[in-house]
Amino acid sequence: MLTGDRGKYLGIIMGLTFASLIMTQQPAIFLGLMTRTYSFITDVSLPDIWVMDSKVQFVDDIKPLQDTELYRVRGVSGVEWATPMYKGLLRARLANGTFQSCFVVGLDDATLIGGPPIMLEGNIEDLRRSDGVVVDIDGARDKLAKPSRESGGKSVPIKVGDSLEVNDHRAVVVGIAKISRTFQAQPIIYTTYSRAKSYAPRERKLLSFILVKAKPGQDLSVLTRRIRESTGLAAYTRQEFMDLTYDYFMKNTGIPINFGISVLLGFMVGAAIAGQTFYNFTLDNLRQFGVLKAMGTSNRILLQMILLQAILVGSIGYGLGVGSTALFGYFMHDSILAFKFTWQLLIFSGVGIGLICVFAAVISILKVIRLEPAVVFKS
Amino acid sequence: MLAVRCRKIVKIYDSGGQRVTALGGIDLDIATGELMMLVGPSGCGKTTLISVIAGILDQDEGSCEVFGKDLAAMSNREKLKFRASHIGFVFQAFNLLPSLTVAENVSVPLLINGIRRAEAERKANSILEQVGLGDRTTFLPSQLSGGQQQRVAIARALIHDPGLIVCDEPTSALDHETGHTVMQLLKNTVLQSNRALVIVTHDSRIFSFADRTAEMDDGRIVKITDTSAAH
Ligand SMILES: Nc1ncnc2c1ncn2[C@@H]1O[C@H](COP(=O)(O)OP(=O)(O)OP(=O)(O)O)[C@@H](O)[C@H]1O
Ligand SMILES: [Mg+2]
Repeated sequence: MLTGDRGKYLGIIMGLTFASLIMTQQPAIFLGLMTRTYSFITDVSLPDIWVMDSKVQFVDDIKPLQDTELYRVRGVSGVEWATPMYKGLLRARLANGTFQSCFVVGLDDATLIGGPPIMLEGNIEDLRRSDGVVVDIDGARDKLAKPSRESGGKSVPIKVGDSLEVNDHRAVVVGIAKISRTFQAQPIIYTTYSRAKSYAPRERKLLSFILVKAKPGQDLSVLTRRIRESTGLAAYTRQEFMDLTYDYFMKNTGIPINFGISVLLGFMVGAAIAGQTFYNFTLDNLRQFGVLKAMGTSNRILLQMILLQAILVGSIGYGLGVGSTALFGYFMHDSILAFKFTWQLLIFSGVGIGLICVFAAVISILKVIRLEPAVVFKS
Repeated sequence: MLAVRCRKIVKIYDSGGQRVTALGGIDLDIATGELMMLVGPSGCGKTTLISVIAGILDQDEGSCEVFGKDLAAMSNREKLKFRASHIGFVFQAFNLLPSLTVAENVSVPLLINGIRRAEAERKANSILEQVGLGDRTTFLPSQLSGGQQQRVAIARALIHDPGLIVCDEPTSALDHETGHTVMQLLKNTVLQSNRALVIVTHDSRIFSFADRTAEMDDGRIVKITDTSAAH
């Protein structure tokens, strides 16, 4: 019956498509952004447990420890190995004399544990060469790139063999790495722990994290508790540390609210357009409903007819909206945009569209139930 | 046998505090096999009366029995079932469902009565044959002329074999010749079977089809003329 009025039909479908697009695409970007908050943790896959100062609230909230803490952690029973990691924001001076602040990550000199997941050029072992550093590809192409000689020309990415100064110390690029994009915009420079310490300003405490591997068969929650109790430090499994970071950004930034408002707006605009048009359609067809009533159709059947139509347009709109989101994600795949499309989002927007359709159907159904069949003889 | 038996029917509309007595005590009997015509000036209560007779409007006083059943005593459900099986409707504006084909439109009363779609459409096709539209079954109503649409509506009013058919101004939207064809069709259905037919009309050109004519004025029946002998 809805197809009898093509304009309204398209209007409803468009409203629903819009709503389901907004309700999947915005949360997908949101989830994408949120995974970036802890991608530094994800990239460090080998250790089971991260140990840090008990006041640390998220991954970029560095509260340094004394080096001696490393030995105390190594002494906890159930620890297979423990390695130090330095992470800090330092100033790098580029070839043209400009400064760029960078995250410097110092890896255990002996094992180099905690390094980037993928080396694009060079080898992580090259960090052992004097003044060796590895930079991430996005930083190399963008913030650490050398400006073009002609003004307005393309800048030249920094490459293996180039040198820069980190906090007045010479550093030579020995490798380019691919890392997961993080929430922070600064480039990441990997080097050894001892070299990172020499770059960093002299301080009594420079140890950011202690990365721990549990003995085989060791229960991780038992071990984290044991580390906490015997050192007074915070110890989290990888997942716990990711959750801590995620929760911090959820609770302490405006990001969730902003996206929540977008989603709510999409929902409300979709509900308004679809509900209104659907209702108008019902009003237009009130006489047909009256005729069916006069001929003996029960309210229950009319209700089913309306619901069926609502479900039909709902499914089409939902499919188109979710499909557009998937296409959007596909085309944005290689861009800087964060995007994470999970099955939960499908359910989320499905429920949203379902609510809109129920709303649209209910206001129509109320009208039809109250309709007196005697209207059929009115001209 | 009596198809309709109305006694002292009163209907008062209350629109915005203003009370309008649409029916002021109607007595009317309609026999099976009879074509009863209701005529009278605009606003005299013709539509109100057939609405009560068809069971789509409740009277305020009096009783209306259709095939011996008191409509006022029925529950809403019973009334729905009663309408679905015993009453056929024909409207001035045809009132076909625009997005359904002709055959689908005609099968609607059977579907309402719980008959399966295939069976319903088979019957629809055969009755459309009878009204001369056997070659239009897959058309949409908008693709038909007014007279053809009214014939579809008549097929729809007949398909479930109701005992009483009510028509409000069935020819007013049609030209003289088409109106004549439509009336002939309606008249035949009454004569063929033992149905009762109530037709409200302004259209003097079709008065001659009536067996009896009830003239109404101001909510009352002022005169009933028997013209059956003329046929
Ligand atoms: N729903 C309603 N609410 C209020 N008054 C109504 C309503 N329906 C009809 N009336 C009034 O009841 C009276 C009878 O109306 P009805 O429609 O039965 O007349 P009618 O004889 O069919 O007229 P017409 O020939 O113009 O169709 C009129 O005065 C009309 O204004
Ligand atoms: Mg009328």
